Amino acid sequence: MLNRRRFLTSTAAAGAAGFAALHLSHAFAQDAPQIQIFVPAAPGGGWDQTARTMDQVLRSEKLISGSQITNVGGAGGTVGLPQFISQWNGKGNSLMVAGMVMVGAIIANKSANNLTEVTPIARLTGEFEALVVPAASPFKTAADFVAALKADPTKVPVAGGSAGGSDHILFGLIAKTAGVPAANLSYVPFAGGGEALSALLGNQVAAGISGYGEFSEQVKAGALRLLAISADKRQEGIDAPTLKEAGIDVELFNWRGVFAPPGVSVADKAAMITLVETMAKSDAWATECKNRNWTQILLTGEDYAKFLAEDTARIAAILKDLGLA
Amino acid sequence: METLGHLAHGFSVAFTPVNLMWCLLGTTLGTAIGVLPGLGPALTIALLLPITYQVAPEASFILFAGIYYGAMYGGSTTSILLNTPGESATIVTALEGNRMARSGRGGAALATSAIGSFVAGTLGTLGVAFLAPVVVKFALSFGPAEYFSLMVLAFITVSAVLGSSSVRGLTSLFVGFVIGMIGVDLQTGQPRFTFGMSQLLDGVDVIVVAVGLFAVGETFYMASRRYAGKDEIVPLKGSLYMTAAEWARSWKAWLRGALLGFPIGALPAGGAEIPTFLSYAIEKKLSKHKEEFGTVGAIEGVAGPEAANNASAAGVLVPMLTLGLPTSATAAIMLSAFQSYGINPGPMLFMTQANLVWGLIASLFIANIILVILNLPLIGLWVRLLKIPAPQLYAGILVFATVGTYGISQSPIDLVILYLLGGAGFLMRRFDFPTAPVIIGMILWPLAETQFRRAMTISNGDWSVFYKHPLSLTLLTLAFIGLIGPHIYAFIERRRTRGPEHVPGDA
Repeated sequence: MLNRRRFLTSTAAAGAAGFAALHLSHAFAQDAPQIQIFVPAAPGGGWDQTARTMDQVLRSEKLISGSQITNVGGAGGTVGLPQFISQWNGKGNSLMVAGMVMVGAIIANKSANNLTEVTPIARLTGEFEALVVPAASPFKTAADFVAALKADPTKVPVAGGSAGGSDHILFGLIAKTAGVPAANLSYVPFAGGGEALSALLGNQVAAGISGYGEFSEQVKAGALRLLAISADKRQEGIDAPTLKEAGIDVELFNWRGVFAPPGVSVADKAAMITLVETMAKSDAWATECKNRNWTQILLTGEDYAKFLAEDTARIAAILKDLGLA
Repeated sequence: METLGHLAHGFSVAFTPVNLMWCLLGTTLGTAIGVLPGLGPALTIALLLPITYQVAPEASFILFAGIYYGAMYGGSTTSILLNTPGESATIVTALEGNRMARSGRGGAALATSAIGSFVAGTLGTLGVAFLAPVVVKFALSFGPAEYFSLMVLAFITVSAVLGSSSVRGLTSLFVGFVIGMIGVDLQTGQPRFTFGMSQLLDGVDVIVVAVGLFAVGETFYMASRRYAGKDEIVPLKGSLYMTAAEWARSWKAWLRGALLGFPIGALPAGGAEIPTFLSYAIEKKLSKHKEEFGTVGAIEGVAGPEAANNASAAGVLVPMLTLGLPTSATAAIMLSAFQSYGINPGPMLFMTQANLVWGLIASLFIANIILVILNLPLIGLWVRLLKIPAPQLYAGILVFATVGTYGISQSPIDLVILYLLGGAGFLMRRFDFPTAPVIIGMILWPLAETQFRRAMTISNGDWSVFYKHPLSLTLLTLAFIGLIGPHIYAFIERRRTRGPEHVPGDA
């Protein structure tokens, strides 16, 4: 009986404490804004994960009181983009997640809208790409790979993601630097990283290009050999040169960033930049990025806009070479 | 025997009250979303991903596994009762299952699919536990050439669903090819048949096509015949569950379905649809009740494909757990959940995360048991749906189909497509064209085309890849035997029966 009473009182106390804590956090969050995040992709992909991780970190850092995430997926983001431009116009508390994939999709799909119509806030993260070969491959270095490519590009089938995506673009850039005509390349597109990986493990193709995270575990297990990565500098814990170090003058990050809708006020834009910058500099964000193999490549406001223009020009040129634009 | 020890340890992880609670929650949720068209397991798990910030990895994977298996069970319910498949893997179930429901055997169809799912799910999970390393080796030997040959085999065997007239059946199949080609071509990045609409760049969802042709088309057809007084739905005839004869017809189909489903599910580009087509074709060939197919509904045609899709669901976990290869949308999202725990799924997962992996496998066994216990009593409730008078029932189906389709992409274009296809389904039904080949064509064609072009890219245009690879050659040989075998058999049979009274000069 006593036990039960004690149990009841302690439960009540715990409940009350919980309630008080809830109340406190609510009071604390009074001045934090509520934001809306627009994801032009289906739940589960990279942009969606970026949005949900942002929501998580922003809330745990008490920077916002909550967020509402809207997904409008399709065609590399080009279905969602027109909607964000027309229906979210002027909404100062909202953000859209997008990235390099959308830049490519806009060009390849000849989309009527593009990213110059929205307000650049910040480039947040990037995933560098990796060039790998099966463990049994004769290619020991990136130079071997390039030499074979120069000799006869049709004999070097390379697996990666969908045609015109970041993997295909990197392959095009590597070939261009080596002086191999992009039209002669033998690129084998796969719908997902998993399928491309199985083609590599089954020795169906000569090499593979995809996000480093797709291959990292196979590389550690010795099933694949990492020839080079597309990052700007050597990465801690990765035993491979960058493409530049290997003599191929190419650098590529499959970047992801956030944009505000068109027509937001200068004050709203500045506030949003501050909010995202504060989040990007928090420890919680750093931990999440580390867990997900995202490299932090923060760039905000005007710098971001300038980068976007350059990257768009570079991607447009290579897609044209590849015959996709 | 090492495996048994691991498995016992896995059960000790899964059998804690909290984890059992997660399992129960997952299976219930999975059954519910399986019943609703438009809400698939991949989307549900994606929406639940933030839970990974709150609970232990074991708990969230047990939850996700429950949802995954539950959706496979639930998907068949609407296929059978309403002719409205909730998942692409249960499209074939609708063919015979709905016929059975209309002739008063809905309870038996639901029972054979629930028990078949349990049998095949359990066999598949055993396969994951004991055969994973062997199966994955086999799976990796499949390259584009082998996949293409598998598709050829699938095309040959699906002639079983073409219906009585092969001209009409092939017409439907070609319509399916065209629908399957809509969207951006994976190999070249160029749009095909999109008519400049960005909403069509990703293609048309197979569920939208299935629901449009089957459910909406059927509803229009019923509405047009409202006063003809035909096509009465019999609520229930005979026992609610299966009779002894139905058990006898089901069990072999379950086993054959499981045997097809598990290895094909384990192939990186296998999927859950192809084994259901193959199983349906095989059951139709082997059945002693061929006259029931497409008329009153044959129970084998439900039992086999249902077992096949559940076994393939288990098969998908093989490359995911052994190599970290996500081979379905659901597996890809489960992998991203691994990453939010800082766990990198890969070849070392079985060693580095033994607790998690074996706990997950054990919870799959438990999920299967919970699901069959959950689903069998529900059958009594479900079949009551069929007592609803036809006008209200079909109005309900139309609402259900519309809401579900909108749920897939929140795109009004999909609703337009749904009703256009509904109109097409009505006309096809009216003029006696089979609708199932459309679905089969739209699933198989893009796969066959992609694999063929990949194989040719890799071989640099050399056709010999298709017969120089032993596996590919074997599959093509099987397809060839499947194509001409029945004709030779029929010829010999005719010879033998006609033999004695055949006199020279007779003709």
